[in-house]
Amino acid sequence: MTDADKSSFVYVTFVKTTPDRLWDALIDPDFVEQYWLGNRIEAEWKVGGSWKILFPDGRVADRGEIVAFEPGERLGIRWLNEWKPELNAEGYSICTMELEPVGEGVKLTVTHSIERADSKLIAAVSGGWPLILSNLKSLIETGSVFMARKA
Amino acid sequence: MQADASDDVFKALADPSRRRLLDRLHATDGQSLGDLCAGLTMTRQAVAKHLAILEAANLVVSKRKGREKLHFINPIPIHEIAERWISKFDQPRLSALSALKRSLEGENHD
Repeated sequence: MTDADKSSFVYVTFVKTTPDRLWDALIDPDFVEQYWLGNRIEAEWKVGGSWKILFPDGRVADRGEIVAFEPGERLGIRWLNEWKPELNAEGYSICTMELEPVGEGVKLTVTHSIERADSKLIAAVSGGWPLILSNLKSLIETGSVFMARKA
Repeated sequence: MQADASDDVFKALADPSRRRLLDRLHATDGQSLGDLCAGLTMTRQAVAKHLAILEAANLVVSKRKGREKLHFINPIPIHEIAERWISKFDQPRLSALSALKRSLEGENHD
């Protein structure tokens, strides 16, 4: 049976690059800003370190804590929405990004889950990730993104 | 997306049974093979075979959870195809339409 008390999604993309280069793309604020629709990341990159995403106007979109930091392999974030009260009320979710070399590229798996059924947070972030991941892949492979800012 | 990777996606999407499985995962994500078979006339073997093709095309991702294997829909390849084809063919047409609109509206206001 499916988990009745859990909401999650699993997204996978293959990027023609090296794990080190993809890892840098996940944690370098200037690079992140280019594919994450103009949003900036501020984080202490270590387990237990703080993490947040800021909108282009400086408001905090999401914040949390680094729970896994294995360079080139795995980044885990305990993630709380700060932007919408109804999403914030759902509490912490867990977002994990896993990197795995496959052929001439890297398989990037993004899993985002929360311990509650029919989560609005998961529904909201699941709509954003495809564009962000496509931008990331495109930026690394071709040097440009499809959409720099949300229309 | 590499040419052969998008070939796999188009081939996987070309089958109505596989599109039906994607619709079911879209409605409820993270289902086991047993969940997906419920209410379908397809045999378990046929569903497993279609799931393998969807996984090979990266349209479905499976995760082990204890003794079960749960299947998740992965919209990323469809998104990449949409970008690739929309940007190539639709975008110039949309740009042409908005240029036409601007020019017509400009004339009206002149």
